[in-house]
Amino acid sequence: MDLNFSAEDIAFRDEVRAFIKNQYPAHLNGKIEEGEELSKDDFLSWHRVLAAKGWIAPGWPVQYGGTGWNSVQRYIWSEETARADAIRLMPFGLSMVGPVIYTFGTPEQKAQHLPGILSGDVWWCQGYSEPGAGSDLANLRTKAERFTGDDGKEYYRVNGQKTWTTMAQHADWGFFLVRTDPTSKPQEGISFLLINMKTPGITVRPIITLGGEHEVNEVWLEDVIVPVENRIYDENKGWTCAKFLLAHERTGIAGVAASKRGVERIKTIAKAELDEGEPLLANPFFKRKVAELEVDLFALEFTELRTLAGESSGKGPGPESSLLKIKGTEIQQRITELALEAAGHYGAPYFRGFGEGDNEHPIGPDYTHRTAPTYFNMRKTSIYGGSNEIQRNIIAKMVLGL
Amino acid sequence: MDFNTTDEQTMLREMVSRYFADTYSFDNRMKTVHGGKGWNPAVWQTMAEELGILGAPFSEAHGGLGGGAIENMIVMEEIGRALVIEPYLPTVVIAGGALKATGGALADAVIPQIIAGKAVVAFAYAEPQGRYDLADLRTTAKADGAGFILSGHKSVVYAAPYATHLLVTARSGGSQRDQGGVSLFLIPATLPGITRRDYPTVDGAAASEIYFENVALGADMLVGAAGAALPLIEQIVDEATAAVCAEACGLTRVLHATTLDYAKQRKQFGKPISEFQSLQHRMVDMFMEVEQAVSITLMATLKLDTPERATAVSAAKSKVGKACKFVGQNAVQIHGGIGISNELAVGHYFKRSTMIESQFGSVDHHLRRYERLAIG
Repeated sequence: MDLNFSAEDIAFRDEVRAFIKNQYPAHLNGKIEEGEELSKDDFLSWHRVLAAKGWIAPGWPVQYGGTGWNSVQRYIWSEETARADAIRLMPFGLSMVGPVIYTFGTPEQKAQHLPGILSGDVWWCQGYSEPGAGSDLANLRTKAERFTGDDGKEYYRVNGQKTWTTMAQHADWGFFLVRTDPTSKPQEGISFLLINMKTPGITVRPIITLGGEHEVNEVWLEDVIVPVENRIYDENKGWTCAKFLLAHERTGIAGVAASKRGVERIKTIAKAELDEGEPLLANPFFKRKVAELEVDLFALEFTELRTLAGESSGKGPGPESSLLKIKGTEIQQRITELALEAAGHYGAPYFRGFGEGDNEHPIGPDYTHRTAPTYFNMRKTSIYGGSNEIQRNIIAKMVLGL
Repeated sequence: MDFNTTDEQTMLREMVSRYFADTYSFDNRMKTVHGGKGWNPAVWQTMAEELGILGAPFSEAHGGLGGGAIENMIVMEEIGRALVIEPYLPTVVIAGGALKATGGALADAVIPQIIAGKAVVAFAYAEPQGRYDLADLRTTAKADGAGFILSGHKSVVYAAPYATHLLVTARSGGSQRDQGGVSLFLIPATLPGITRRDYPTVDGAAASEIYFENVALGADMLVGAAGAALPLIEQIVDEATAAVCAEACGLTRVLHATTLDYAKQRKQFGKPISEFQSLQHRMVDMFMEVEQAVSITLMATLKLDTPERATAVSAAKSKVGKACKFVGQNAVQIHGGIGISNELAVGHYFKRSTMIESQFGSVDHHLRRYERLAIG
């Protein structure tokens, strides 16, 4: 056991650091520190730089466009991108449907979809949750009925409603869980469909969340016609893909490197803010909360490193990754809580962001502008990706055998 | 960066684990505890002679296995798992650590005796007024010719009733809480002028109050430099703290596993209580506390020989102390009434985990130390 980086690791770290310094799009600087809402173009401008370099999908197998990095290199990558306050790319193509397609897809499906995910030309969204299927995802009702078209080919006719669909307003394609067999047990009649979002019958309506953001949407599907070739894996076996995807999603979800930067930001704010004439960070109660946060983050970081070490010795991401999801999101939320607490009075002014030609400076110090919206927004983390209570159910069943 | 143990380390764990599983049953442990001596010398001799594990962290030149902090972590985890009361911590980790750090004739003489199981050392550092401040010392070691005269009172010295040697902190200069003026001595336990009041501890071991009255010490009993030993003492206490964190990892794993087993068997309202979601989630929270304790203990152990040692150890101890309380209390809670009886092992694991919470500093002590070092 050894915590030190090898000479090769250090050379790699320096290469990554120099690459980010030279290639990170200048117009994105400051957006993460300020907690700004990011546009599709913001995401794409960084995505395209990484795609050109061949570093867009570190977790993918090399044959599909991965980097071939080992777990230490991937750790360095996430540390360095977080250290540079680089924006984190949307997971729907790169971390979710991409791995499902290269794991379960046909050669034709891989050839059709993987290049667009890597290049960023195709924007994906996830059609999982429904009004009646949140934590109880297997209760989903959106139905896909199979029929033979006038052209003699096989199709599904899809009807139903999805919700909490992140970035669907920008999406070119979506991956959907639909019910193809209403008579079997809930998990056994579900299929995994790729649907072109431009297909007639799809309506996307915005849901505005507590911070004023438009991230999520309702998606209605009315007689949406989807070729059967768009189904991944077997009919009625979509739950297998869904479970695979959820476990895959949870491994990166700890967000350790980004949380380290978040804690640094809290300390900067708490040194600048005054409390009875002293820096807020000197207040023993506030300081104690920061200390406990840092300690918990150490524990999470080493839990993630142990998990990565286990993966590199052949164990895939297992149900233990639920622990990373629970503790990672708790820490992310505590960071936003402390930032809002540190902002004091200036948590209250509502800053809508700079509009076209709007040069008026917002109220209060820069670091306070989005503390409240970010706090509100981050309440989602303990709910999405399987709520933290569902994650406890998963550990209870899969790890503890209860 | 590498998180895998070497083949030798894996073998060490398997050997120690098998030995305790085969011979150190809960019943056997309780016989030793009720025997009133505070340890079983035969177990100690087996650990020395048959297993050779008392040499785990020492160099091959001294007759050891050539290991270090990782080996201590491995042995201490297994000690925690089996609830072992024999004095690996004060003898091998603490006294051994001090001697390894300083070297010289004293180390060459005593380390082989430790490895052979002949020298058993108790660590006399705490004082009634000092709480967790290692420099808050009223015990004095006044220079007297080439040697020193030791006087004072040391508190709750685990393993002292049967130790052959005492590792003693004392003030040879400066005033009560000064950083300078602190010395460390390794002395025979039977020197004239030493008296003890021995007693059992709540976690099954034995300890003493020790009174030194004008005890004459030779200069060759000094460990490190006279009057400048505080950094060395802080180092060995940090190493000891990481070691009790490892012990706590072993203990809390057993507490959690025992609780799971019990919850699957115990029926109420016509079904096993493990089927109730409130208890399932509690046991998941216990699992997460244990896993994070293991992770942060690994971090502290791997940083013992780096400049971040003190920060990492205090971070780890604060986290592990909380885990001890949470896992211990909930293990008893989920066992229900039987959890508070003295008959089951769970209660005895709970008692030891409770003592670890404050051993070498409480959660609050270590958070404050962490703040001073890392936040300012």
